[in-house]
Amino acid sequence: MATRQTKALARAMMAPSIIVLFVWMIVPLVLTLWFSFQRYNLNYPERSGFVWFRNYYFFLTDPAFLQAIGNTLILVVGVLVITVVGGILLALLLDQPIWGQGIVRLLVIAPFFVMPTVSALVWKNMMMHPQYGIFAWISKTLGLPTVAWLTDYPLASVIIITAWEWLPFAALILLTALQSLDEDQKEASEMDGANFVNRFIYIILPHLARAITVVILIETIFLLSVFAEIYVTTQGGPGYSSTNLPFLVYVQALLNYDVGGASAGGMVAVVLANIVAIFLIRIVGRNLDA
Amino acid sequence: MGSIQLQHVNKSFGTHAVIPDASLEIKDGEFVVFVGPSGCGKSTLLRLIAGLEDTTSGQILLDGQDMTAAAPAKRQLAMVFQSYALYPHMTVAQNIGFPLKMAGMDKAAIDAKVKEAAGVLNLTSYLDRRPRNLSGGQRQRVAIGRAIVREPKAFLFDEPLSNLDAALRVNMRLEISELHHQLKTTMVYVTHDQVEAMTMADRIVVLNAGNIEQFGTPMELYRTPANRFVAGFIGSPKMNFVDGAEAAKHGAFAIGVRPEHMAVNKDSGLWRGTVGVAEHLGSDTFLHVNVDGLGLMTVRAEGEKQLHHGDVVWLTPDPSRIYRFDKDGQALAAA
Repeated sequence: MATRQTKALARAMMAPSIIVLFVWMIVPLVLTLWFSFQRYNLNYPERSGFVWFRNYYFFLTDPAFLQAIGNTLILVVGVLVITVVGGILLALLLDQPIWGQGIVRLLVIAPFFVMPTVSALVWKNMMMHPQYGIFAWISKTLGLPTVAWLTDYPLASVIIITAWEWLPFAALILLTALQSLDEDQKEASEMDGANFVNRFIYIILPHLARAITVVILIETIFLLSVFAEIYVTTQGGPGYSSTNLPFLVYVQALLNYDVGGASAGGMVAVVLANIVAIFLIRIVGRNLDA
Repeated sequence: MGSIQLQHVNKSFGTHAVIPDASLEIKDGEFVVFVGPSGCGKSTLLRLIAGLEDTTSGQILLDGQDMTAAAPAKRQLAMVFQSYALYPHMTVAQNIGFPLKMAGMDKAAIDAKVKEAAGVLNLTSYLDRRPRNLSGGQRQRVAIGRAIVREPKAFLFDEPLSNLDAALRVNMRLEISELHHQLKTTMVYVTHDQVEAMTMADRIVVLNAGNIEQFGTPMELYRTPANRFVAGFIGSPKMNFVDGAEAAKHGAFAIGVRPEHMAVNKDSGLWRGTVGVAEHLGSDTFLHVNVDGLGLMTVRAEGEKQLHHGDVVWLTPDPSRIYRFDKDGQALAAA
């Protein structure tokens, strides 16, 4: 019953939380914007004042910047591809009736509950370490040369670690979507002569479209700001080969003590995130319309 | 061609036999209805024929060929589900054309077939819509369209009308019957509604607890029910049963009289009773009469008859229409 009174009441009741949320968001944003126009380096407190777009100029012309943008996009796309494809396959497997289904599902979901720093440490020291790592042991056992993952393939390593963390999330969302597929529809397609591949392409995949959209949107939000995995493993290196935009901002702020430059980088990251968001909503968002 | 034969078919889940032993022969072009109370195994039997369930033992023959182990798609049968099972992301045209596409038919041929089916089912103006933008009856027709384009050996209907409202159900019932006369294809139809069974079927299979109680034409089942279950299930309102001394007079364990085979009189008759609820339908009046010593009975009287709650009436069954049953519920030959 949306009468005028209830609308006004609803607005009044929602106002506090909306105002708090708005202030919460807008104050840091405005402060960052403010700092980004300042000369503000903790090493040189005496040099201050407005420099307008000088911070942006330095940040954008930094050779590391383009590399960081590229790395950010490769990281996001790489993890998305692995988690969505892998998630669908895992969900299809987990949907089969097997013995010990509950335990298997729990095990599959477990990585999502491990915090990023911990899982990055585990991967760094137990899996990818060139001396004691399990990968090194496997290749030694097979008589192959060991691979120094974090040094030779730093970005790929970060992608693998992050994908491992996000695969359970994708699998879980896609599994629930898969389970909501009407049994009659599967049987009808079976009667209609569709084999497994055709059933997957024409029935299952379209049914999963919405869930895949949700996975892509949510993961993108978090993958644009991957930091812990890089901080713990490669420190963005060697060189800038595994530095993404958040890590570059961190380097500016806490290694170079350049608050102004880091703020400018932060604003660039906000703009980039919005560009990605607009594209995503354009491309996959229409799946969300009922 | 589309004859279906079941030979000693058994279906068990674990130790529980849903269908203990069913044998049945459906002739080509016949409209056969499986009817029974819910949980009697009629849907399971249909799904066994479709191949969606595996038979535990026994054989299913289609056109004389053993198809017991064949995959559903190989059996050339089409099924219409209770939930319609339309593909929600496809248009009506894509839904109807899907089995043809799976059969590898080329696009032009599919289009022609879809148009033809849509014409038969009055769906031509809805071909570009998606199922969610259709009414229940239209969805039902799309499901039927998807079945008929394949030109199957037989159609299997699994309670196709139970999600429709009463008026639409009567309409669709006529449409399906009409379709059967046009196509002359074998149809197997599952329902729990004995009115649907009586009006549509060439022959009816009455099922109870997985057993085939009787298989015959509607009028055979009505006139000569094989046992008490069939007698009670076929006919509306239900047959009245009387056992004890009154039945013994007729040399039976129990006797049954249909509501329409009793005369109602205000002054004299065989059984005296008091009218309970009187349902005036206009054409008929159904009286629920509390007969002294025999319990509640339903009687059909002329629609114009003015009898009300509490009136005393006398009921007289038509002696030639009294059904007699033995202790096990089997029908005894007419006395």
